[in-house]
Parts: sequence; structure tokens; C-alpha cells
Amino acid sequence: MSDVLAIAEHRRGELRDVSYELITAGQELASSTDGNLHVAVISGPVEEYASDLDRPGVDQIHTVENGEEFNHDIYTQVAAQLADAVDAQHILTGNTVNGLDFAPALAERLGLPLVTDAVALDTDDGLSVVRELYGGKTEATIDVDTDRALVTTRPGEWPQADGTGDAVIEPFEADIDESTVRSTVTGFEEVGTGDVDISDADVLVSVGRGIEDEENIELIEELADALGATVSASRPIVDNGWLPPDRQVGQSGKKVSPEIYIAIGISGAVQHVAGMKGSDTIIAINDDPSAPIYDIADYGIVDDLFDVVPALIEQFSQ
Amino acid sequence: MKILVTVTEVAIADDEFEIDGTSIDDTYLTFDLNEWDTYAIEEAVQLQEADDEIEVVTATVGPERVEETIRTALAKGADRAVRVWDDALDGETMIDPSRKAQLLAGVVEDEQPDLVLSGVQSGDVSLGATGVALAEQVGFEWGAVVNQLDLDGDTAKVHRELEGGVEERTEIELPAVLTIQTGINEPRYASLRGIRQAQSKPLDVNSPADLGVELAESSLALTDLVVPESESDTDLFEGAPEETAGELAALLKERGVGA
Repeated sequence: MSDVLAIAEHRRGELRDVSYELITAGQELASSTDGNLHVAVISGPVEEYASDLDRPGVDQIHTVENGEEFNHDIYTQVAAQLADAVDAQHILTGNTVNGLDFAPALAERLGLPLVTDAVALDTDDGLSVVRELYGGKTEATIDVDTDRALVTTRPGEWPQADGTGDAVIEPFEADIDESTVRSTVTGFEEVGTGDVDISDADVLVSVGRGIEDEENIELIEELADALGATVSASRPIVDNGWLPPDRQVGQSGKKVSPEIYIAIGISGAVQHVAGMKGSDTIIAINDDPSAPIYDIADYGIVDDLFDVVPALIEQFSQ
Repeated sequence: MKILVTVTEVAIADDEFEIDGTSIDDTYLTFDLNEWDTYAIEEAVQLQEADDEIEVVTATVGPERVEETIRTALAKGADRAVRVWDDALDGETMIDPSRKAQLLAGVVEDEQPDLVLSGVQSGDVSLGATGVALAEQVGFEWGAVVNQLDLDGDTAKVHRELEGGVEERTEIELPAVLTIQTGINEPRYASLRGIRQAQSKPLDVNSPADLGVELAESSLALTDLVVPESESDTDLFEGAPEETAGELAALLKERGVGA
């Protein structure tokens, strides 16, 4: 029997989806070993969060009142104490920006191995974790040879738990040493609030690394003009400053779901796909037939974009 | 003030490759400086350009092969480099981030930097854990996924890039480890002069024993490596660009695009 502790994530008054996914992943782990599933929710309106997190299969929810927002120094201390108090064998949290801001420290503090960005878990013969390697081109199985371990789960890989459960909700009295809190969150900023809202567009022409050069962006703008579409981009284009941040589609940019999404020279990294997989029709133009964008594209042209895009513009200017 | 930048070499697989046991055969791999680290180096070099008192040192966990990559970092403006390696790690496709952090912690104890900049993740293994694990091991404060950095005395005022176009403003006490996100700056190309100078910059090589580190046993074992089955059921247009573009145009027009 091994107990599981899932640490929920929230931001600015709302639980994030990954919290409900963690419950599903935690249930799988706990039920495969007849263990209990504990959920921790730290900071913010914890009572309210706890009643939302009370989904079938959750045995206990531990609430810790302390400030409003995530702070890694608080999370690390509280989670370490809670993991020991409930004797959790497997500790789960989201493979998110905040998850990665405290999970490695928590693993070190507890002296536990950490595997990040899990896409599948198995406990048949001890814990093993499936995750990608080599930039998403391969999938690796990693066996963990200790009884206790910490895992972060990739957002969107497990379904969200739903329904109402009958968990015991109780406050956990953590002993917080304020002198070791040496970071302070002072606020939030929305980025990329320009004139254009790409999440409003019906048709997006989206450009990625395959465009090679800043001056070639013009070609994409020309196509968008011909189609009456809006230009968006994947991360590298925005990192290079070739298009402004409000054009970025993906995990750290905007989530879009247009009627038609045309991905040009975009490989389809998981962070990008997270932002556009809800599009009605996805069309890919990419000369690499093994590019992950073809895992989700409805239509595709495996060819040089510098040949296809001008030909396509031509079709609309006749 | 001293800034330590962790620099790693990554293996980039060709579009077509073969798996040999639990790694990709070397013939299908290209080795390069980790993309995230180029931003970390640039950030350190920019801080140095604004303040002559700042020294920039790189720290790398890797075998002798990676020295070429380390020279690239030196050519971009770092003052000197430290490389550390344990032969016990030879052939490990995925080094446990805690063990990697142990070796880097040895360098931190030795160098006593005020600030450590590391990439958010490596482009090949992408564990995204080494920087924060290092901070915890050496008792530094930290911040993950930083896309804006201003130093103000003993405080780093940073923006952390959260999901969904939201940034968190955080103040972090030094000494600290910050993991640097792409896009924080515009990394420079090494100049010819920089490349020439890099050849004569100091590059110290250490064993774990030199740094007083006793490398822990790993609890993680890579037991299987496969190419995930493609879930693709894409309708592909085939033929010359004029034909494929024509078919795509017909489809788009049918949907009312460009009308």
C-alpha cells in the first residue's frame, strides 16, 4: 500500500486545470496499490478550493492558510512537512512554471528522486514513469528504485476528475519558518495586450521557425492579407522579436480555437499544440513529414513552404 | 560581483535516426550549446558590460568533448570556464538532475558566486530541474522561468513567465539561482575577435574529488527508449506546389476563406 499526495495549483483566485488532472493521476497510483489519495491546497481561499477539489477518489484534503498566492519558499516547507505527516510514498504536482519552481527543491529537501514532465505512470513493479527525451522525438521509460518519489505531470495528459466526492477536509498546521522566505511576489502583469486579439480571429495563419529569416515574415503577412486572415506565431518568432508577444500561440502565449488554423513552418512542439489544438480545422505546411504537427493536423502539405506559400497566394489573387 | 552561468551541451537528433539500446546512435546526433543557456550567457554578459566589477564564469557538467561548446560560451563574452565530470556518468543519456546539481554545487562552493544563471531546461532531456535543485543544495534562494531581470543591491527584481501570457513580479534575495527563459534578451553571435580570445581564456577541469563532492548513486534508471507511434491521420495533398496549393485553396474557398 502506498499513499499519494497531490499538490494542487491555483492562481489569482482560481484552481488551475492541472489540479483536477493530478487527482486523476493520483487516483490511478493510489488505487493500483490500495493506498489513499491526499490532496494539499496551500495559500489563497483554501476552504473554497477544498470543496472544488473534493472529487470522487480523494480521501483527504489538507488545507494550509498562508497568504494569497504561490510562493515557492512556503510551498517547499509546507509540502515537505505534509509529505512526512501523511507518509506519502508518491508526491505529485503539475509540470508547470510554478510546479518546476518548487518540486526540485522539495525533492532535495526530502532526499527523494524527481522525475518531471510525466506523460504516463505505472506501478506494476515499483514506480516507472514515461516521459519524452531528445526534444520530444522519443519516449523514455524511467524506473525509480526507491519506495518514495516525486513526479510532475504534464498538463493535459490526464483527464480532469469530475463529480463530487466525500473527502475529509481538514486544516494542516504547518510550522513555517518565515526567516527562510527570501522571495516576495509583488504582483502580476498581463503581457501582449496589443491591438490585435488573435483569440478572436476566425482564420489564423501561424508562422514558426521554418520561416528562417525576419524578412520572410512578409510572405506570411501577404498570405494572411490574401485570405483575410490574422497572423499569429509560435514562440521562436516572438523570442526573436520578429512579431510582437500578442501574436504568440501556445502555453505561455494565447490559447486559440479558430475555425481554420494554418501552421506554416511550425514543428508542433507540445507547448505550441497546447495553445491551438482546439482549432476546428488544422492545416500544416511543413517539409518534415515526422514533425509532431502532423499528429494533429487535419490537412497537410509536406513540401517547402517557400514554394507552397507563394503558389497559395497566387491562387487567391486571381 | 561574480556571476556563474551553467552551460550545457545538448544532443539534437536528426529527423531520421535509429535507437541503440536506450540512446540515439551518435551518428544521428548533432551537439550544440543549449538554446536556453545562450540567453543566460547573454544576460550575464549584459550585466557585466554595465558594471566592470562583474566577473562571468561558466560551469559545465560534461566530458572532454563539450569543451568546444564551452569555448562558444567564452567567445560570447564569459571570462573563464570550469568543467566538471565524473567518468561514472559516461554514456548516461539522462543524468539525474540531483546528481548534476551535486557537481554544480561543488563549483558553487568553490567559486562563491553572488548569482547563478542557468537555462530553464536543456533542449534534449528537458527535465527543467537542475537549477532549482542546485539552489536548494547550496542554500541559495531561487526563481524559475525568469524573463526579465534587474539587479538592485542584494535583490534581483525579476519577472517569471507563467502560462497564458501572465508574468509574475518577484523580488528575490541574493545569492540566488535564476533559471532563464528564452526571449529575455537577444543573444549575440560570437565575434571573430571573441572566438580568437576564447581560445586563450582559462578552462579549468575538475573531478568530483577536486571539488570535494561524493556523487550519490542514482535512483533513476532509463530502461526503455522508443519512438512514439504517430497518431497522424492527416489528409495530405500531394504533387507539385501549384497542385497542392490549388487543392488547399479549393478547400479554403469552400469554407468561405478569402471570399
